[in-house]
Amino acid sequence: MSNHPTYQELTKDFDWSIAERELGYQQGDKINIGWMCSDRICNMGLAEKPALIWEDHQGTEKRFTYNDVRVLSNTIAQFLVGLGIRPGERVCLFMDRVPELYIGFLGILKTGAVAQPLFSAFGDESLFVRLLNAGTRAIITQKKHVLKVRKIRNRLPELRCIIVVDSGDAPLQEREVSFQMEKTPRMEEFEVYPTTAESPSVLHYTSGTTGQPKGAQHVHYSIISQYLTAKWVLDLRPDDIYWCNADPGWVTGTSYGIIGPWVNGITQAVLDSGFFAERWYEFIEKHRITVWYSAPTAIRLLMKEGNELVRRHDLSCLRHLCSVGEPLNAEAVLWSREVFGLEFHDTFWQTETGCIVITNFPGMPIKPGSMGKPFPGLAATVLNPVSYEPINQTGAAGLIALRPGWPSQFRYYLNNEAGYQAKFKNGWYLCGDRASIDADGYYWFVGRDDDVINTGGHLVGPFEIESALLEHPAVAESAAVAKPDEVNMEVVKAFVTLKPGFQPSDDLELEIMNHIRKRLSPLAMPQEIEFIDALPKTRSGKIVRRVLRCKEFNEPVGDISTIMND
Amino acid sequence: MDDLTKMVRDYVVREYIEEGDDREVTETTPLISGGIVDSFSMVSLKRFLEKKCNVQIPDADATPAAFDSVQSIVALVRRFQKT
Repeated sequence: MSNHPTYQELTKDFDWSIAERELGYQQGDKINIGWMCSDRICNMGLAEKPALIWEDHQGTEKRFTYNDVRVLSNTIAQFLVGLGIRPGERVCLFMDRVPELYIGFLGILKTGAVAQPLFSAFGDESLFVRLLNAGTRAIITQKKHVLKVRKIRNRLPELRCIIVVDSGDAPLQEREVSFQMEKTPRMEEFEVYPTTAESPSVLHYTSGTTGQPKGAQHVHYSIISQYLTAKWVLDLRPDDIYWCNADPGWVTGTSYGIIGPWVNGITQAVLDSGFFAERWYEFIEKHRITVWYSAPTAIRLLMKEGNELVRRHDLSCLRHLCSVGEPLNAEAVLWSREVFGLEFHDTFWQTETGCIVITNFPGMPIKPGSMGKPFPGLAATVLNPVSYEPINQTGAAGLIALRPGWPSQFRYYLNNEAGYQAKFKNGWYLCGDRASIDADGYYWFVGRDDDVINTGGHLVGPFEIESALLEHPAVAESAAVAKPDEVNMEVVKAFVTLKPGFQPSDDLELEIMNHIRKRLSPLAMPQEIEFIDALPKTRSGKIVRRVLRCKEFNEPVGDISTIMND
Repeated sequence: MDDLTKMVRDYVVREYIEEGDDREVTETTPLISGGIVDSFSMVSLKRFLEKKCNVQIPDADATPAAFDSVQSIVALVRRFQKT
């Protein structure tokens, strides 16, 4: 029998002030995520509680208490101030999942600067467009990644400092500076910058159908949503050991891989290692993980590795499982029920929402394959795609929409007001996904409403891929679309026409694939390239991706006469 | 180091290690768990092996464990070269 409150009990009389009261925040107070996640926890008498248990792929382990996190984030903050970093300036974190990433995130926020985490597998071009758009002042990185920064720094005049956390005795170059967190004198005290609710905090980039990636700006008040959703949805409790698989280069890795657990005073474990099923199970068993926040792609990869591997480990420590990234298929829920005796709870949200918005709550009956129900305090619906009015017909698909105004809603796209305005219609925020709602109020994912490719839970914009494809000397024209994939839900497929003098070949396909992987990222690399004579286009010459996408999904193209005459 | 091992190792170094990065890749260096090759990049690595070694590696056998070192990749290729 579940001792969790029912959905009706959670939603009755809900107000975000519940979180404000529990965090001791009143309107108009100073609020700083860096302080809330470290100093505040120490002030609650939890200074010696482990905050971070970190392990790398070789099994090297490090442990940090909340007091360590407080002092070391002070140390990083002081170092940044010493370099001349000022409140509001963007400081990028471009690292693997090393302790400096997690603690540095809080350190940046303590100075009043904006933390801009970027996925360390990004190639130099992906890195460049995001740093240029943000006018990033400093970047904190590792020796192995600084090589990518060196390739582009001369095109980034606003980038003043490149901070290398593990340079050791390696020679540094112009604008580079060494910082070794654990060897630098510890700063017991640091005057945290007095940020307020609407002060900018975290800048995450996300991809759209057109144009370059957009920088979704969040504010310090977002912690109100992240605190309560982590507590209620991830069901975090004081004695939990929590593991979030997400990389802090993406929003899950910051909202629920740093802020959510630490503002709740929870011990979290981090494994800095690529996907390896046996290693993952060993990690859960060794650290007695109780709450695990994973992703459908990882779950499906684990399913492929078989049930016998699960049985070889004592995973009885697991208490609650959640998933995010793309819709969790029913088979994955049924599999986890069979092998762990627990169901993965699907959660839906995105970079712009900053927190979980539609979800399966602990204790709520799960309908395998469903997204669940809206988090209390979030007015959600599905809209008619033409009128933008709510659809009141059970089971009819429409655009997932949220009534603006929850605490962790992004405040703007940096330098892109038109892009921001386009996300709102008829008083609703449009998520860009389609779903239907059943008679019990559960949401069911239908698909994306645009050309963005959701691969392994990450959104990849076709424009970025097509631009990089055109940089290859053999490519005349290109189109990037989603292709269905058993593990990653979707992968990138590219259609390419070649310049005169080039012939399609396996070697050329591999060369183009590797070109995209290195320029952008492994996620953006087409898993297949089809060489064709001509791309479908409108009369005005615009490439019609929809025709190609429908072909990949075996869907009817429908009436495209109006598009083709565009 | 035999020719196949050298070819695989050289390809990994050329394609997955940034120029100027002094990390050494040996036959046993963890590639997937060590973060040098990720699960998405395995596709292009598999394509390379199939092309250069004239083998077909079924998707079910192209697991992170099978791609985790030059040594295990070579063993995988040899298994399918024999059949």
